[in-house]
Amino acid sequence: MSFPQPKPEVPQLPQNLLRTIDCQQGAVRAVRFNADGNYLLSCGSDKSLKLWSVSRGTLLKTYSGHGYEVLDADGSYDNSQLCSCSSDKTVILWDVATGQVTRKLRGHAGKVNCVQFNEEATVILSGSIDGTVRCWDTRSRKFDPIQILDEAQDGVSSLKVSEHELLTGSVDGRVRRYDLRMGQLHVDFINSPITCVCFSADGQCTLTSSLDSTVRLLDKSTGEMLGEYTGHKMKGYKLDCCLSSKDTHVLSCSEDGHVYCWDLVEGSLMLKLPVGKAVVQSLSFHPSETRLLTAMEGLASYR
Amino acid sequence: MASDSDSDGDFVTFGTPLEPLEEDEPLRKPVPLYEQTVKDEKGRYQRFHGAFTGGFSAGYFNTVGTKEGWTPATFVSSRQQKAGRQNARPEDFMDEEDLGDHGIAPRQITTTADFASGRKDVIRDKARAITSLSAPIPGDTVLEDLVAPARSSMGVELLRKMGWKDGQGVGPRVKRRLCKQRADSATRAFGSASPPNGSSESQDEEDGEFVPENVTFAPKDVTPIDFTPKVDLHGLGYRGLNPLAALRGGPGAGHINLFTMDSDRTNSLFGEDRKGQRRRGGVAGQGFGVGAMEDDDEDIYHRDIMSNYDTVLGGEEPGNGLYGWTAPQQYNRKKKDHSKDAAYLGKILEGFTLASDKLETKTIFPPPNLPRDFRPVHYFRPVVDLSSVSPMVAQALQTSRGHMAQEEPSKGGRHQLDSAQRRELLGEATLQGPSSVFDLLKVEDRERLSSLRRPSSDTSSGPRQPTPGEARAAVVAAGVAAAAARASAQKALSSRFAPHAEQQQQEALSVWSGPTAQAQTGQTFKPFERTPHKQARYDLYIDQLKQGDRDALELSLDPTMTEWERGRERDEFVRAALLYKPSSSSLSCRFTRGKQDDGVEADTVEVTRDQENDVDDKQAAVKMKMFGKLTRDTFEWHPDNLLCKRFNIPDPYPGSGFVGMPKVKRDKFSVFNFLTVSESPTASASPAPQGVKPSEPGKRSRWDVSGQAGDKERKEKDPVSEFLSVARIEASGSGPEASTTDGPTTDPTVEPDTEQKEEEEEEESRPSMDLFKAIFASSSDEKSSSSSEGESEEEEEKEEGVRSKAGTGPQISNQLNVNTTQPAPPVSTTPSQHPDILFKTPSGPAAAPPPRDQEMEEEEFGPRLPPPSSTLTERRPSPTPSAKDDKHKKKCKEKHKAKKHGKHKKDKKQKKKHKRHKHKGKQKKTKKEESSDSSSEGSDGNGQEDGEEGGGVSTEELLRRLKSIRGKNLQ
Repeated sequence: MSFPQPKPEVPQLPQNLLRTIDCQQGAVRAVRFNADGNYLLSCGSDKSLKLWSVSRGTLLKTYSGHGYEVLDADGSYDNSQLCSCSSDKTVILWDVATGQVTRKLRGHAGKVNCVQFNEEATVILSGSIDGTVRCWDTRSRKFDPIQILDEAQDGVSSLKVSEHELLTGSVDGRVRRYDLRMGQLHVDFINSPITCVCFSADGQCTLTSSLDSTVRLLDKSTGEMLGEYTGHKMKGYKLDCCLSSKDTHVLSCSEDGHVYCWDLVEGSLMLKLPVGKAVVQSLSFHPSETRLLTAMEGLASYR
Repeated sequence: MASDSDSDGDFVTFGTPLEPLEEDEPLRKPVPLYEQTVKDEKGRYQRFHGAFTGGFSAGYFNTVGTKEGWTPATFVSSRQQKAGRQNARPEDFMDEEDLGDHGIAPRQITTTADFASGRKDVIRDKARAITSLSAPIPGDTVLEDLVAPARSSMGVELLRKMGWKDGQGVGPRVKRRLCKQRADSATRAFGSASPPNGSSESQDEEDGEFVPENVTFAPKDVTPIDFTPKVDLHGLGYRGLNPLAALRGGPGAGHINLFTMDSDRTNSLFGEDRKGQRRRGGVAGQGFGVGAMEDDDEDIYHRDIMSNYDTVLGGEEPGNGLYGWTAPQQYNRKKKDHSKDAAYLGKILEGFTLASDKLETKTIFPPPNLPRDFRPVHYFRPVVDLSSVSPMVAQALQTSRGHMAQEEPSKGGRHQLDSAQRRELLGEATLQGPSSVFDLLKVEDRERLSSLRRPSSDTSSGPRQPTPGEARAAVVAAGVAAAAARASAQKALSSRFAPHAEQQQQEALSVWSGPTAQAQTGQTFKPFERTPHKQARYDLYIDQLKQGDRDALELSLDPTMTEWERGRERDEFVRAALLYKPSSSSLSCRFTRGKQDDGVEADTVEVTRDQENDVDDKQAAVKMKMFGKLTRDTFEWHPDNLLCKRFNIPDPYPGSGFVGMPKVKRDKFSVFNFLTVSESPTASASPAPQGVKPSEPGKRSRWDVSGQAGDKERKEKDPVSEFLSVARIEASGSGPEASTTDGPTTDPTVEPDTEQKEEEEEEESRPSMDLFKAIFASSSDEKSSSSSEGESEEEEEKEEGVRSKAGTGPQISNQLNVNTTQPAPPVSTTPSQHPDILFKTPSGPAAAPPPRDQEMEEEEFGPRLPPPSSTLTERRPSPTPSAKDDKHKKKCKEKHKAKKHGKHKKDKKQKKKHKRHKHKGKQKKTKKEESSDSSSEGSDGNGQEDGEEGGGVSTEELLRRLKSIRGKNLQ
């Protein structure tokens, strides 16, 4: 009787560059995995949104319709719809297959920084530089938002949605968590403009990166700081941070061309992943595997 | 539902699947019609057709019981149950279908015997019996009456307890005699035509009965009306063939009266044969013709008698005491006649009756008592112009005229006062500025308007509003005038009426020739519309009034009319003109002048109810890395109901009427609005270009590139700051200097040295920043919000305003010059680099004040986006590690922004547009813009370098300057 071969240990951090895609759409403002991680979206500064196959690295579709550079995008859970936001103050809901604009949502007074579907893709949430988060209904034909969250005192730079919560990071240095179930708004003061916020996979923590070159892991319920991750450089640009798929590591972009990976618990720098010379602008972690997507200038790299 | 083997798990199957068809199986025969049967829940067949559709379903497909026919039921002896078995009811043979809703004996909810009256009431029974005659089975109810339960209703029980007995009426006991008399008089009241019946009857009763004096009797019972519904199809009053009467035969039955007569029926019912004839055997009657045994056949053909029919509605009552529905004639009469004196009864003449109505007596009112000194001569008081006589006399006149006295037009009721009059009464100061729109116009404009209006004014006069005080005055005057006209000669009219009319004419003239009246176009009120000629004359009169013609009245009147007519018309015109004077005052009192220039904002503003905790505490907590309670605020927040629905979440606040945070209204400029959110200047010590920007609620979108909200705010604040600066300049006596802001740029590199020096000196006399902050709470807030670079210009202005409080007029102008010449690095102008603050916060890189940059406002706000291409990035100056100065870092950032400048040309142009839009009319701004434009447009490809270089040079320059200042200061 022989024991089964032990599984080769899955590397905890993506280290090898698998593919680099020249997106050819100007600066890539954001790269995002889709819900299952098989496709990726790249938001270009040439007003286009592109859908790529991760495994083959081929361009599948180009979505053009924005009037200015695309800043963020998200895919619905069933991969049937995309939403993207742009500096042209609009949010666009796309049909994936046809590439047509399903809905163009106007209402923000400034460029729209971030956009997210909710879990069932019934609502699009978009945060804008005008300090509001607007909740758009994808089910109705109305073009008015369901609700406008104007609690932020400055622009909303980042936004994440969980099952019943909405996490927004604002340039006024506050992370706001709207709890729809409880009907409460929790405001955590960070004292530095927030560039990116994330939920942890277990939904107990929030990760915030701010312009004081610090990434903080906060307890969601109490607001206490569980960890602080420094070493990278995030001073002026709106860069992303994220957690690994298993919540083991914290990753953040840096202005020095690296992606920094810290151990979540210990807070020690585990990896300083060189990406390039320029600023690593966006990154996205694969929802299930240890795959990392980074965007630097016009290139999206997959590792 | 067939499903593939693969996708078995994916599909849900509903219903029972059809049996799989086999290829070789022959097609089934269709089911024949007789086999297509439907059974009910008991297995019995239900029929949908046949002769007895809807009837009993007793057959086997239209036959009996089974296929074979009747099956005899097995015999069961019921001998033992004989005693227990009562007579069978029809219901015993019915099944539930018959008793169901649609069966032949549906069960319905009816009143039970508990609630029915069980009284053995003879009269009631009679009444019921009467109605039972018309029932299909005569005498049906008799049986029911026999078996009625010995039970009486609660009301009867109560009545019995109170002493009531069966057969009596309800009410107080009465004396029999009185009853009788009333009945008697009632019959008498029928009139002379028909007295004999009633009187004789009453006479009989009186004779037959002994009536003791002190005995009272219960009132007569009243026959209740039996509200038995009419169920047959007979005509009204027709009762059908009575089998009893028909079969009885006899001469009385020769004609069966088919029409109801109450008395007839009751009599026949109780066996009182009217004719007293014995009954003969055999079948006889109208319905059966004449039998062989009949003796007399003379009466077989019915000859109807007209006396059987009522010729008058509500005829005479049958005297049997059964008062029917319309019975109470006697009672009615009794009421009428109750006052009649019984003593008269005997003295009434034969053939006369007592009148039922009393004669009305005429009331005669005596003439009023005349006062002793009354003289039956009327004279008219002279009309005196109140303004022309002494006040004493005027008062005496007014009081002498009482309430009809002529009042001053301005003394109309409280509600008729216009705003100016109220203001005078209240003692308020007059509003500053012009009272009407016309006052705001220039003189020539006004003239032009009026000249425009004049040609078209033939048909125009304004909508006028009546002033009741004047109206009353006019009416009084008219009354006076009319009386005078009637009373005295033409001469007297002219002498008395003229002064007052003159005054009114003057008034009308003054009203109509005013500037506001000139503006009135399109006449809406035409008082004499019915007579076009008169209206035309009136229009002419109004037009001439408008032109200020003094004898407008005389000109407009028709000279062909008589003197009297003209007098009247003159009077009417003046009155109408006064009544419908132009609405200048009424209009102007509706509009108030805005207190603020923009006039957009209300005095109150909606503020979120829950305010954030002190930001200073939080900052301290953040510095100590004590996140948690100190840095967390929790608010009540109401999500939209639809949002909850979309998130599949129950609404946490069902029924709450609002969404978002609960708001309260507060004064807009209340200090308390900003107490909790105001920040100390140390907020600017936060490391990055951020700012906790606690601003006024509702003004958050200051990043807005297109400047929607920013514009609004700027609109609101700019005038204030400018005003302040101007005021300061004037106070310091260097007013004219302010105009140099518009002038050409002076050399910025040479002068600022001395200027800043001066500024430093003046800094000593300046109050502490806290004071300014307290005064300019919002502006200081903005100062700390470094991330809102879009407002930096505005902030500069504010800063200038603050500085100019120190009384440095020239300094302002020079600073503005600096602005205009150096677009990129205006270190000296930004508030954070103001020496006062700058030197107090030297605490390392983290404490670097947020960069505030001229460039930034043309750039992105908040965290920027990285540059798109590495070639440019490489040229980007590496962030100097805080070696030189804490400011350096900041400058680097500024350079980043400058970089962007060159990269996105289009972007930039757009923003330029915005800027132009924003600062329209401000020359200094446009000037600066031009310079920046030139710098950027001159370098298309490498604008970044340009910006960088410019920034570098100026930075060094400024550093040098600052150092020198510091040095001097230290000295």
